[in-house]
Amino acid sequence: MATSSVSKGCFVFKPSFKKRKISVPIAWLSLHVAQLQEELNKNLFDSLIEFLRKSHSGFHKSSDWGCQIKLREIPTAALILGVNVTDHDLIFRSLTEAIQSNVTHYVVSLKAKDCPDIKHFLQKFVTQLTDCRGDVKSKEEESVQVTQKKTHCSMDLLTTWYKTITKKTGPKMPSKKRITSSQWHCPPVVLILKDMESFSTKVLQDFIIISSQHLHEFPLILIFGIATSPIIIHRLLPHAVSSLLCIELFQSLSCKEHLTTILDKLLLTTQFPFKISEKVLQVLTNIFLYHDFSIQNFIKGLQLSLLEHFYSQPLSVLCCSLPEAKKRINFLSVNQCEDIRRLPSFRRYVEKQASEKQVALLTSERILKVETQSLLENLHVYHLNYFLVLRCLHNFTSSLPKYPLGRQIRELYCACLEKNIWDSEEYGSALQLLRMLAKDELMNILKKCYKVFNSSEKQLGSTVKKIEEFLAEFQNLDDAKEEEDASGSQSKGFQKTDLYHLQKSLLEMKELRRTSKKQTKFEILREKVVNFIDCLVREYLLPPETQPLHEVVYFSAAHTLREHLNASPRIALHTALNNPYYYLKNEALKSEEGCIPNTAPDICIAYKLHLECSRLINLVDWSEAFATVVTAAEQMDGNATTSEERNEIIHARFIRAVSELELLGFIRPTKQKTDHVARLTWGGC
Amino acid sequence: MPPLEHVVLCREAQVSTLQSLFGERHHFSFPSIFIYGHTASGKTYVTQTLLKTLELPHVFVNCVECVTLRLLLEQILNKLSYLNASEGCSTEIICETFNDFVRLFKQITTVESLKTQTVYIVLDKAEYLRDMEANLLPGFLRLQELTDRNVTVIFLSEIIWEKFRPNTGCFEPFVLYFPDYSIGNLQKILSHDHPPEYSADFYAAYINILLGVFYTVCRDLKELRHLAALNFPKYCEPVVKGEAGERDTRKLWRNIEPHLKKAMQTVYLREISSSQWEKLQKEDTDPGQLKGLSAYTHVELPYYSKFILIAAYLASYNPARTDKRFFLKHHGKIKKTNFLKKHEKTSNHLLGPKSFPLDRLLAILYSIVDSRVAPTANIFSQITSLVTLQLLSLVGHDDQLDGPKYKCTVSLDFIRAIARTVNFDIIKYLYDFL
Repeated sequence: MATSSVSKGCFVFKPSFKKRKISVPIAWLSLHVAQLQEELNKNLFDSLIEFLRKSHSGFHKSSDWGCQIKLREIPTAALILGVNVTDHDLIFRSLTEAIQSNVTHYVVSLKAKDCPDIKHFLQKFVTQLTDCRGDVKSKEEESVQVTQKKTHCSMDLLTTWYKTITKKTGPKMPSKKRITSSQWHCPPVVLILKDMESFSTKVLQDFIIISSQHLHEFPLILIFGIATSPIIIHRLLPHAVSSLLCIELFQSLSCKEHLTTILDKLLLTTQFPFKISEKVLQVLTNIFLYHDFSIQNFIKGLQLSLLEHFYSQPLSVLCCSLPEAKKRINFLSVNQCEDIRRLPSFRRYVEKQASEKQVALLTSERILKVETQSLLENLHVYHLNYFLVLRCLHNFTSSLPKYPLGRQIRELYCACLEKNIWDSEEYGSALQLLRMLAKDELMNILKKCYKVFNSSEKQLGSTVKKIEEFLAEFQNLDDAKEEEDASGSQSKGFQKTDLYHLQKSLLEMKELRRTSKKQTKFEILREKVVNFIDCLVREYLLPPETQPLHEVVYFSAAHTLREHLNASPRIALHTALNNPYYYLKNEALKSEEGCIPNTAPDICIAYKLHLECSRLINLVDWSEAFATVVTAAEQMDGNATTSEERNEIIHARFIRAVSELELLGFIRPTKQKTDHVARLTWGGC
Repeated sequence: MPPLEHVVLCREAQVSTLQSLFGERHHFSFPSIFIYGHTASGKTYVTQTLLKTLELPHVFVNCVECVTLRLLLEQILNKLSYLNASEGCSTEIICETFNDFVRLFKQITTVESLKTQTVYIVLDKAEYLRDMEANLLPGFLRLQELTDRNVTVIFLSEIIWEKFRPNTGCFEPFVLYFPDYSIGNLQKILSHDHPPEYSADFYAAYINILLGVFYTVCRDLKELRHLAALNFPKYCEPVVKGEAGERDTRKLWRNIEPHLKKAMQTVYLREISSSQWEKLQKEDTDPGQLKGLSAYTHVELPYYSKFILIAAYLASYNPARTDKRFFLKHHGKIKKTNFLKKHEKTSNHLLGPKSFPLDRLLAILYSIVDSRVAPTANIFSQITSLVTLQLLSLVGHDDQLDGPKYKCTVSLDFIRAIARTVNFDIIKYLYDFL
């Protein structure tokens, strides 16, 4: 029991808190992410599979006149996946599975790295294809035949292989449940080229020409994985080759939308107890938006923060579903209770209580536990309301011009997590804009909000009613106005006006407007709605720091996350060489800014000296300076060795330091000047 | 088997030349014949049908498929041994070198049926032979002499013979040119395969219109046949609906002509696929609604990747000495008129991108991004991933330690679109546009 690791935690028979607490949320997280991605890719996969199914349906029956005349084109799906190349592997893996279970067993995916020329291309293709047989029995027979031919794989070999396969399985297909054997006498062969951009033109061209000649006996379907844009096809293939393809385009969901859904389903929900603070969210989204667009990395960041939270926060024991947490509170030890008392948010909470209660909370564990339970429940309710109101506010602000509070809900969420949103300038301008909305827009938004509130059961019931009322009032307004309009338009009619009359009537209208400055019914109602929203926000969108015990579920150590996820090797290297104390923690190395301690390692001294040089460094000067710095210390203790011997040693040390710097890529030998080396790095890092 | 003149159209001269070259079955023919001509000028088709209808022993090999020498030689030998062995001996012949090939070839052709008559070896797409071993082409050219057998090698290629001739000289083959089909020829050949349910005249009228549109851009017979079959249902539409008779050419022309023009811009360029085109035809929707492949030019990039790409573009197209003027806030009083005197008369955009070191890229990047950019591992990996996306290209060696150099490979339009998304006025920073 004592030695069971974190990952084994799920299987431990009688779990104690420490072992279970991490594994459960992580399992939850990865499970949900997998589910989400499956859902997100579903549309794409469905249309792809549809395409694959129909593309070779006419295989073998070419009695039609048109079919005989037309070129036989290789059905090709151009799959545009976006520049987040790291995510592609996962998509291709699930795509392969989907195809294998729905269309055909014969799915091969190739990478450009493995196919420098057509020979290797064919070899990989043949070996993978013969490996992906469903049943093992015939594989053995096959493998004997194939291995001896592995050295010279050709399309001929493949077509004969395909013939034997289809002949063998044709009548008595080893029926996989979903594949009806009558339909799939000749299952197509799908070839996925994972990174189209990196393939060499010659390999692709040759392969397409060869396989188009064998298409009538070898039903091939190509899938191009494209990261940038489909123009790459035309750039890689000349017209003579691209005319052999029948290309259809499939576009995957943009990664930004992907992120929005993931945030929506993972963070903006109370199902998952773990939450991250504004700074952490900022770090994660910044890495995503600024650097890689990779969902995979984002999830990893989330997992890392989860781990870090459980690792560093002792009270993370309570970061689980509410009933479970309540149970766990009863088993808290004395130390853990003390931890609760030490939480800043809890201390603030205690200070607000009456003095007897303060004493009770600080002394009695039983009272503390009861109080903690109720506080956790409050926290849960707070989150429930928080997300509802957040979504509602997002509905209001997401359609405003210039998006003062951001277009995406994550921006709004960040702003709300940071501080009181209503204190910010953007919120003020957003409200201002809301006060100018037209009626139909406002009604649309209200309807959306109504849906949001209705989706959750029995929370904020009064709000739902209020919105309903608003909607009804707007509706009434509508009817009333129509009547008004009907009466108004009659009087105007189509009378002929000259300039004078027009001016006069315009002046009259202006006058009329000034006198009726008094708000119309609609304006009053709109004001009411805006105020109502403002009240909701002020009541429910308090930042989490104001909530007692928020430390239990919120992870806020953004700097550790940044250190792990956004490492900066150059800065680390510079720090190590410039300030060796930072890593070595040796008191002797402590030095003030700017001076070079002679006790530092040789490479540090050489590095610091080289920072002062320009592009070309004179080796003699450098070595002299090095010797001066090094000897500065040794002069103090009386010199035992002869100066010549010592000079030689210093010289050797210098040479070693210089070659180490060369190895690290700071300098390199140059032919421009003798006895000089060139500097390769600039600036402080 | 139908007579030759019904199957092979408009190639009478070539056929008769070949026939006279082949001579009688037992005659020795010319050792090697080199046939060349444009794509879809009937080289392969004529040779193949001729050999088949005359029932001559022949082996047909496509050189694209033979990625190695061994594959090529073994394929020829195996096919030969299938020819003479009617019962089908299935022993696979293994042949590594041309020397072995000559020896094995002699062995196989000792059979009576192959000994008495000329054996033809046809090598299609012969230009691929040039990339294989150097002795291969001269060897095949004088195969008759080497093997001392009655054999003729026929090369089919789209390239002229002069581009084949090795430096060391070789046996000269008989060169036969297949000229392009004229418009009359095309008309005749295309009209030949009319659909059974319509009259030949009706189809010929259609082909006439089709050639009128496409002849200026495409003379590829295969492609024209494909396009003809693809658009024929649309042509028949008024007839099927009963709006026009088969002889109502003018009405039919007015119906089909704009459609064919649209096809030229879309399906002919493979902007949209043939099956999509057919679907559009069936549903009778406007093809303009479906965006072609080239319409999707937009590439979504992470924020810093965009700036890295912009910086790379600037570094590629601006001379390095102008960096000071563009990116230094206080670049002193460099007189604009003096400075802008262009030493290079030609625009850098005409000369193409120049390579630049990594340091210059980073320096420009730091100065064009508003906020401070830390040189994190992510920035460097972004540069590398831009290289794999073919937006940048690594120049020369790939030693990362020794100051790598890059080139920016994107177009001006592309970079302007990217710059617009981050509100960066790239034109202001380009030396060419000052």
